[in-house]
Amino acid sequence: MKRAARLVIFYSCLFGLWALLAQLKIWPPYLFPTPWGVAQELYYGFSDHSYWIAIAVSMRRVLIGYAISVVAGMILGLGVASNKFLEETMGGLLVSLQSLPSICWWPLALLWFGLNQNAILFVVIMGSLLSVTLAMEDGRKQMPKIYGMAGRNLGARGFQLFWHVLLPASLPFIVSGLKQGWAFAWRSLITAEMLYVSLGLGQVLMMGRETSNMNAVIAVMILIIALGYIVDGLIFKSMERHLQHKWGLTPAT
Amino acid sequence: MNSNIQNAAGPIPIPVDHRSTARPAGPRGKLGPASVGRSLRGISPEIAKVGLSEICLSYRTQSGERLLALDHINLEVKPGEFLCVVGPSGCGKSTLLHLIAGLHQQSSGRVLVDGKPVEGPGTDRILIFQELGLFPWLTVGQNVEFGMKMKGVSKAGREEKTRYYLRLVHLSQFKDSYIHQLSGGMRQRVALARALATEPDVLLMDEPFAALDAQTRDLLHDELERIWAETGRTIIFVTHNVREAIRLGDRVVLLTFRPGRVKREFPIDLPRPRVLEDVHVAHAARAILDELREEINRSLEVEYSVGVKPHVVPGAES
Repeated sequence: MKRAARLVIFYSCLFGLWALLAQLKIWPPYLFPTPWGVAQELYYGFSDHSYWIAIAVSMRRVLIGYAISVVAGMILGLGVASNKFLEETMGGLLVSLQSLPSICWWPLALLWFGLNQNAILFVVIMGSLLSVTLAMEDGRKQMPKIYGMAGRNLGARGFQLFWHVLLPASLPFIVSGLKQGWAFAWRSLITAEMLYVSLGLGQVLMMGRETSNMNAVIAVMILIIALGYIVDGLIFKSMERHLQHKWGLTPAT
Repeated sequence: MNSNIQNAAGPIPIPVDHRSTARPAGPRGKLGPASVGRSLRGISPEIAKVGLSEICLSYRTQSGERLLALDHINLEVKPGEFLCVVGPSGCGKSTLLHLIAGLHQQSSGRVLVDGKPVEGPGTDRILIFQELGLFPWLTVGQNVEFGMKMKGVSKAGREEKTRYYLRLVHLSQFKDSYIHQLSGGMRQRVALARALATEPDVLLMDEPFAALDAQTRDLLHDELERIWAETGRTIIFVTHNVREAIRLGDRVVLLTFRPGRVKREFPIDLPRPRVLEDVHVAHAARAILDELREEINRSLEVEYSVGVKPHVVPGAES
């Protein structure tokens, strides 16, 4: 309750300041939009369904891209963690590749896939794959060896061992990496969408710029932030709570 | 069946006749040291349930020197035998269990189970780890049924057995708890139930009761003995507690400190059920303790490496 009150106070102050600055008309409204302008824009956007469509298109892309990243990243990470040769060779490459902003893959993606969905997906995957891979590699190494031994001892083999033992055992160690991967995927998506007529949120944002509609720009920015926050809160926070409920505060053996 | 043993006031030999290890209750307190390094009864590794033949294990330490952990271990465990292995810490007794479980590979020699060489882990041999290795992401019940699930036992079958084994270790009420919510002793019992639920021929136990309070331990000694008598399972039980070894074992094998060798084998001919505090158990323990003390002193010398011989009384904890 107290926390909610603090949040309400904080955000009302923030909006009050914004409204005040807008009201003072220091800058023209096409440079500095008002809160009610933005709210109106949000209302219009949702009532003519254009925001719903943009959100659906963007979410679909990011979910597909992220899902591919998670699956591929886990396989890759496990491979790198359990093979000395791969670790020595690929390990360093992966770390150095992570410093590359994913949008740098855009020119290549355009050449390889053409100006379409797949190019965007590729950028999203390149954005989040490495985070997931490195997290999985690290998680596999941090995970106490006893779980793998106990699993094999009780008859788990191959995929069974991975699915029922190695994966759940490493989850507490990779959940922050998965979260980071999600954030990267989301950012990469918006960036890529801004570069191409794509129906997604990124494009709606660019349209706001092209029509000098600052209300729309701010509205879409708010949407992007809100969606990222909601996914984080709904999926990752509950995942962390779930893990904590099972494992206790510290992983026990 | 339970009452048969638990309510017995006097020393009644366990009612088993299908097992080759069953012996008539001999004269009490009789304890004879056997020849060093060779199996007591001299059965060959091929017909033993578990046969270790000339097992050596060496590994490289971080400083690069080779350390011999196990040195020409020969041991034959009969079907249905309850074998206890004692030795100072660092004698490789845990490692020995890992070899039999197929989780590690020996440097040389052969590990045979039912006459066949061990190639990796198998559910015919289940090891209860010293660290337990319970799965914190599963409930107690799910931990117990894990091995059955891997084997492909039907859901109904799993549930029934899980219930049975949880009752056996007095954890029925904790079926849906997570591991971190249990006390140390309860975790040990989950590990025991999980291993038993897989119904292995050979149960390998690595100091499973070391962290338990005396009452729970006594209770589990009874239960373990009963399960063993009922099912005719072969048990290899590693402990540092000599009295516990005598309480449970048909035979006690003493390993030397680094490298681990079979120093001596002691057949335990006391009638069952035995009581930990029994004078005959204490008497039998003395002979083993004398030999174990030498090894412990040696291990302390190495560990402190100051040449001062600290006087220790092993087994005092029991």
